[in-house]
Amino acid sequence: MRFREIGILVFLVILAGATTVREPRFLSAKNLTDILLDIPLLMVVAMGMTMIILSRNIDLSVGSTLGLSAIIVGFIFKSNPNFPVWAGAIIGILVGLLLGALNGILVTWLRVPAIIATLGTLNVFRGLVFVVSGGQEVGANDIPPSLIELSRTSPIQLPWIVIFAVLVTIATHLFLRYTRTGREIYAIGSSPKAARLRGIQVEKVVFLAFTLTGGFAGLAGIMYASRYGFINPLTTGAGLELSVIAATIIGGTNILGGSGSVPGTVLGCLLLGVINNALVITNLSAFWQLAIYGVVILIAVAVDSLIRRQLERAAVDQTR
Amino acid sequence: MTAQPLLSACGISKAFGGTPVLQNVSLDLWPGEVHVLMGENGAGKSTFNKILSGVHTPDSGEILLNGQAVSIASPAAAQAHGIALLHQEPIIFPDLDVAENIFVGRQPQKGPWRSINWHSMYEQAGELLNSLGVQIDPHERMGGLSVAAHQMVEMARAMSQNARVLIMDEPTASLSPDEVADLFRIVRDLRAQGVALVFISHRLEEVFEIGDRITVLRDGEFVNTVTPAETTKEEIIRMMVGRPLSSLFEREAGSIGEPLLKVEGLTRTGHFRNISFEVKAGEIVGMAGLVGAGRTEVSEAIFGVTQLDAGKVFLDGKPVNIRSPRQAVQLGLAYVPEDRQQHGLLLSMTIAENITLPVLKQFAQMGWLRARQEREVAQQYTAKLHLRAARDVSQAAGELSGGNQQKVVLAKWLLSQPRVLILDEPTRGIDIGAKAEVHRIMGELASQGMAILMISSELPEILAMSDRVLVMREGRLTGEFNRAEATQEKIMAAATGQQMVEVAA
Amino acid sequence: MEPSVARPVGSPISRALEHKLNREFVAVGLLLLAFFVGSRLSTQFLDASYLLDTTSVYIETGIIATAMTFIIISGNIDLSVASTLALVACVTGVLHAEHGLAMGPAIICGLLLGALLGFFNGLLITWLRLPSLTVTLGTFALYRGLAQVLLGDHSVSNFPDWFVGIDSIHIARTLFHNPPIPAPLIIFLVLALIAGAVLHRTVLGRWTYAIGTNSTASRYSGIAVDRVTLLLFTFSGFLAGLSGLIMTSRLGIAKYDMGLGLELDAITAVVLGGTDIFGGRGTMFGTVITFFLIVVLRTGMGLHNIKPEQQMLVLGLLLIFSIVVPNLLQRNKR
Repeated sequence: MRFREIGILVFLVILAGATTVREPRFLSAKNLTDILLDIPLLMVVAMGMTMIILSRNIDLSVGSTLGLSAIIVGFIFKSNPNFPVWAGAIIGILVGLLLGALNGILVTWLRVPAIIATLGTLNVFRGLVFVVSGGQEVGANDIPPSLIELSRTSPIQLPWIVIFAVLVTIATHLFLRYTRTGREIYAIGSSPKAARLRGIQVEKVVFLAFTLTGGFAGLAGIMYASRYGFINPLTTGAGLELSVIAATIIGGTNILGGSGSVPGTVLGCLLLGVINNALVITNLSAFWQLAIYGVVILIAVAVDSLIRRQLERAAVDQTR
Repeated sequence: MTAQPLLSACGISKAFGGTPVLQNVSLDLWPGEVHVLMGENGAGKSTFNKILSGVHTPDSGEILLNGQAVSIASPAAAQAHGIALLHQEPIIFPDLDVAENIFVGRQPQKGPWRSINWHSMYEQAGELLNSLGVQIDPHERMGGLSVAAHQMVEMARAMSQNARVLIMDEPTASLSPDEVADLFRIVRDLRAQGVALVFISHRLEEVFEIGDRITVLRDGEFVNTVTPAETTKEEIIRMMVGRPLSSLFEREAGSIGEPLLKVEGLTRTGHFRNISFEVKAGEIVGMAGLVGAGRTEVSEAIFGVTQLDAGKVFLDGKPVNIRSPRQAVQLGLAYVPEDRQQHGLLLSMTIAENITLPVLKQFAQMGWLRARQEREVAQQYTAKLHLRAARDVSQAAGELSGGNQQKVVLAKWLLSQPRVLILDEPTRGIDIGAKAEVHRIMGELASQGMAILMISSELPEILAMSDRVLVMREGRLTGEFNRAEATQEKIMAAATGQQMVEVAA
Repeated sequence: MEPSVARPVGSPISRALEHKLNREFVAVGLLLLAFFVGSRLSTQFLDASYLLDTTSVYIETGIIATAMTFIIISGNIDLSVASTLALVACVTGVLHAEHGLAMGPAIICGLLLGALLGFFNGLLITWLRLPSLTVTLGTFALYRGLAQVLLGDHSVSNFPDWFVGIDSIHIARTLFHNPPIPAPLIIFLVLALIAGAVLHRTVLGRWTYAIGTNSTASRYSGIAVDRVTLLLFTFSGFLAGLSGLIMTSRLGIAKYDMGLGLELDAITAVVLGGTDIFGGRGTMFGTVITFFLIVVLRTGMGLHNIKPEQQMLVLGLLLIFSIVVPNLLQRNKR
């Protein structure tokens, strides 16, 4: 819905303006870089969540998937300091893909409702994090410096992890917009019944969405290690599902599937990132963050519902 | 016309569970003709269509395509043969735009990555819609369009798949006259292009306007194929309803009292307008009309399911403002909805739980349920209605047959002891025996002084049961007949907007 | 919400049959099994008073799960319960400690606040016709966020002595030579008994099932669906608030991050106990049994030094299998 995207943009500009008036440092290069560095993780996972919610499903396990991928790779580095970073990254993504595929199998062929299946795997994956790590953190000394460098250096002005996030975002956008499978995700979410009648292989497509989302969460795990320089079994990725679902819904994706877009989700992520940053930089206390998230989610869905009702009424009036 | 028909169905028979639905039906379909299929509900039209479009396979008989015998085993096979079925309710993706609804799964692609060529897709969609002469923007979101537009888009989709045979199941049922005119223009264009169209409609005027040939089915049997030139509307009606009425049901008129339910100027924008009528105590008023005429919408508004934009409802002469079904029940109204499974019953709950639902508080003391009393009363009511199939009242309603399910719905509302009972298609999809019993119960209730409004699309039912008949067409009341003057022809005429028949009869 | 894939495609009739497998009995079986295995592995496990005392640690989950059983049977979900718990605890703490309100009135304010927060959820769901999943996801963030705004990362701890330590109050050996039963467990059992009676024996309970089975047909049958929904969410908020007060009493402090993730535990308990996530089916018995199953499992694993996070793994697996196994059994039957 174009309306939504313009609405967020306007809100973003106002927010940025107000913050700058209060604290001019907001627009400094350093602060903007800080914002840019905080968003990629959220954005990469939100790309997956957008696909899943578009298909009328949900994935609560993304935070645990991120944690498990990160901790596995972290322990590989810890026990094997010379392990190449690129290979570690690939392992992280593969672990993510595997975990996502597991969710996909549960939801499609084993017919477990997505919310239950991923609530279960949220716990299972987090439990596995502790099995793998024995409760031990992977500290800054164990993470290869070249991995940490990815958050600091870059070929252009943007650090590597930002570039990765942008690439994932563009790829997801192209997939959802320019492939038949991508469009089928929308069709399934819009009307599962019509999708079956039109011969769309609902199971395969939904499985793919879950698998890709797992892969994205795996990639985000590597990015986490790079950005923060540690992997904690308890906190790494915990509660991420809320931020990601919030960004997706705020970005205009309907929780009941069928409509939404990658640009919308990007704006949703930007909004959350800017809110976080504005709270910190204006010393307004970061404690407002969660409450503001809540208010923004409620306003976004309420406005959506009201607009939708208007549209439906207009459609009925047209009929006769 | 070419030398051989595009499609021939020869001696098609089909039975479901031993009940014959189609018996030895044959039909030829020539390229460039609009072949109208007529018949009452249950005459076998839908089954015939489903056989042509690969949803069902016939028990016997064969289908020839260009003179070759073919087997149409699946919808995909039908599509490969160039046969497309347009459902009465179009299959749509409301969130996708028009172009994608046409091309989903077959979007034009380009380049080595086979990416979707949106530009070309919109162009092709635009051309398709243009060639159909339709003013729909391919960028429009499907959910925001009217049912008529959905149908046009479905036709465009069928055309994009090079359909040679297009089957349209009551496409005009929920269209306005202007929209019907548009649709017919498209149908004529397609005919001119050599497409063969099977067209189902109940509206006689339309049938004579658009049809090249008319085939009438009755009770699953072929009656005749005629051309509009060699027949009349009266003749067609006679062919359709030819069955003797006496075999169905008779009801003796009881004593009729004061008006219980009275409505004045009911209007709900986009659905119905200025509806006024009354139903008296002890009276059964039948409401006839075509599917989509707005009858269900009127009864739902009276029962508080939806809100009225204008108009008044009186009960016992007192104005009432019903804003929810709960209020309606409290005021002594009951409504047996058309969609039994979705609106009438809680399928996975027990018979007893279904029956006591509207008046559950009567079975409770300070909110606590008295289970034994509930059970006993439920048993009493199921026995009263001869609900046989049930093991006992703790059986799930969903395990019952259609007729018994309807009896559960009836029992539910009898228990609430309403003074006004509204029934929407009370015997749809239930067997003859149960049907007769539902009618018997209705008669009894009326003679006990209940005011009954019965919506039905089956004319014999309307005629046999009603003391008075109301007819709706396109959201308006178009006819009212008392028992003595009501005939099938008159009702059909009022329902289809055909005046001549009324004069002739 | 209706997922694209997961809802069983079969007719409602086959769904009815599917539930004849009676998941509550599976929960009972698992509970007995857990007892047996636990007792073989550790002697301490059979110390009844130890086991009874450990229930206090999970009691908030149990209390919230009783309300969640209603919510899920009615076809809804409430993700905001743990946040409500935290907000009520923090507000009550602040009212008492910073605004000098006596503890008694502060408790009443806390309980009212819980009900109000639940009412607000219900209002958004019925007025705006929004899915409960979305609304309570929003208030999930909002309520805990407000708690955080209120207290930051401070905690309130100066509660009166009589209020602190509800879990150390025991109903001593009175009738038989029963082991001392901790007060929170008594509260939970009484609540569960009342809630079970309401669910299975009253008009309101029947309406809850009806709405969860088919809310449209319920409306057509004259049930005030919106009012019932509103009531259930208010009830859920109330019990979440009560849990907040119990937790505050147990821990002696109020903090914004109390009960983090508890909503997932409660939902797990309800679904594992046999309640259909799509509504219309389930029993209070199943929820209560599952609560004890979780306590026994967690205690047993705890005695073997299995960390709480690894215990989650087992519970997660149980949750998944409790749905997958009947699905597979049903498929093989066809």
